Amino acid sequence: MASLDRVKVLVLGDSGVGKSSLVHLLCQNQVLGNPSWTVGCSVDVRIHDYKEGTPEEKTYYIELWDVGGSVGCASSIKSTRAVFYNSVNGIVLVHDLTNKKSSQNLYRWSLEALNRDSSPTGVIVSNGSDYDRERFAENPVPLLLIGTKFDQIPDNKRNEVLTRTAFLSEDFNAEEINLDCTNPRYLAAGTSNAVKLSRFFDKVIEKRYFTRDPSQMTAFTDRKRFNFKSLHYD
Amino acid sequence: MSFLVDSVIMFTSQVLFFGFGWLFFMRQLFKDYEVRQYVVQVVFSVTFAFSCTMFELIIFEILGALSSSSRYFHWKLNLYVILLVLIFVVPFYIGYFVVSNIRLLHRQRLLFACMVWFTFMYFFWKLGDPFPILSPKHGILSIEQLISRVGVIGVTLMALLSGFGAVNCPYTYMSYFLRNVTDSDILALERRLLQTMDMIVSKKKRIAMTRRQIYQRGEDQNKQTGFWGMIKSVTSTQTGSENLSLIQQEVDALEELSRQLFLETVDLQSTKERIEYSKTFQGKYFNFLGYFFSIYCVWKIFMATINIVFDRVGKTDPVTRGIEITVNYLGIQFDVKFWSQHISFILVGIIIVTSIRGLLITLTKFFYAISSSKSSNVIVLVLAQIMGMYFVSSVLLMRMSMPLEYRSIVTEVLGELQFNFYHRWFDVIFLVSALSSILFLYLAHKQAPEKHMAL
Repeated sequence: MASLDRVKVLVLGDSGVGKSSLVHLLCQNQVLGNPSWTVGCSVDVRIHDYKEGTPEEKTYYIELWDVGGSVGCASSIKSTRAVFYNSVNGIVLVHDLTNKKSSQNLYRWSLEALNRDSSPTGVIVSNGSDYDRERFAENPVPLLLIGTKFDQIPDNKRNEVLTRTAFLSEDFNAEEINLDCTNPRYLAAGTSNAVKLSRFFDKVIEKRYFTRDPSQMTAFTDRKRFNFKSLHYD
Repeated sequence: MSFLVDSVIMFTSQVLFFGFGWLFFMRQLFKDYEVRQYVVQVVFSVTFAFSCTMFELIIFEILGALSSSSRYFHWKLNLYVILLVLIFVVPFYIGYFVVSNIRLLHRQRLLFACMVWFTFMYFFWKLGDPFPILSPKHGILSIEQLISRVGVIGVTLMALLSGFGAVNCPYTYMSYFLRNVTDSDILALERRLLQTMDMIVSKKKRIAMTRRQIYQRGEDQNKQTGFWGMIKSVTSTQTGSENLSLIQQEVDALEELSRQLFLETVDLQSTKERIEYSKTFQGKYFNFLGYFFSIYCVWKIFMATINIVFDRVGKTDPVTRGIEITVNYLGIQFDVKFWSQHISFILVGIIIVTSIRGLLITLTKFFYAISSSKSSNVIVLVLAQIMGMYFVSSVLLMRMSMPLEYRSIVTEVLGELQFNFYHRWFDVIFLVSALSSILFLYLAHKQAPEKHMAL
């Protein structure tokens, strides 16, 4: 039973954006009734059929590691969190659509996870120097962007928020999904969100098991300075 | 004419304080959140501005700046405004935001917010009963009633924070108390944490696989009809779900263990960082300060005990007493009036600045520790309330640190409160808080190495 292969996917994001609800929804297909703060890391497992519907269909375990905390917390917590970032095959970045700061903090989260050998020095430069998209384009770890609390955006702000997240997904070179973690219909089978999700997991599995590139596990260890232009929308 | 000039000066300084409070809110407190309700930020900055104005008026009193009638007027004005804010505005908004968070009561928020406010007022009024703080000549709606109660709450808060701070400060500064942590300890704990996570993962895999098989079997069995088909489906799902609940219980226990291990690892990491810090120059300096503060703390506890046991309240302030000592015992003659003014200015200034800074830092730490995106508004308002009450009572208590001629304005403005009572109350709560912090820290210190022994 436990002889299926597995991949490890991190779920990162600010405190309170809905990572635990999201993971619960993805793994148990149910809405989380009583969300509470995640202390440390909580893991859940989803069974995914790689290349479903084709003759090469194979089942894998996808471990979703939901790491709690905030990006600006004490360095002792950051160093302890770093043990969870080993041998990561994919990252899901979660942000709150009603809170701009949670989206901005995603840059620092991604750096923290990919750059675990040195302290997170991601400097967000607000003007000048072009954003270095190539760093994320050749990034070996697939990313997925998920925006939560979609139902809480007032109608008149919806376009503005969606444009902002479109820029964000371009910056990370990742697909984006916007949903409400308390409503399972956003991820119902057949919706475009479900297709994107399944494509992401397929990509993660492919990168892990079907690429012949030996350096697929390296992170940004040799790069020390990062310049981001995150102010498309500010 | 001078009144106009004075008012303009006061107003500009208030605007400056307001701006500072605004910036502090935006940059420090709400660093990771988005401000959606600007009224919260405004209320916080207003409370901060008016509290700082009170301190400013004390400084002006000592320096003799502005004319005394305009000072008196501004004292009164400031006091009324701050009482209005602390008793009406802030509690009402706290009730309003708490009620808006609860989905059920969302519709009639205003009504429920008013109800909450009335409950608050009831308890606030009742607070005055057990304390001998009023003399019978005060009417029921006088300002003294309100100030006395605010004073009680504020003095309690001050004494609690002060007592804990007096004990915690040497404990954190001195490296004597640092437990010895080696890298291998941390690595061993991290390995245990990862092992626990692996166990949780493998159990969850079993649960997921079992569930999937039940689901698939359930689909097959829906096609089975007949008597035997039904019996078979009941028994097989029964054992499946029993297994599941057993594994789920194991998972819950392991998750609790993983949380504990995580927190212990964080603790060890922070101790290791403190050990490294103590080896630096800054660390050594703080270590030395720690010894100094521990002596100060012991002396304060001793003095508080003496005050309570012998029922005495200091009559003279430290400045006058210091001057007396220098003049009488050391025989140094100098212009008492001139120096008393300057020294009290410096002393009071230091007290004010350190208490503001200390309070803001403590509030920020508290806020980071307990706030979440839903409750951030409520918590900030509670902190604003605490801050306002703290500052009002520090004005009350500061009266003791000033020479007689400057005390008069405080006595006049705040009315005839039983100031001695507040000092006694402060001593009592300070003693209680300091002793219980010592006990608490001792227990925490003892417990930690035992946990590691059990590994």
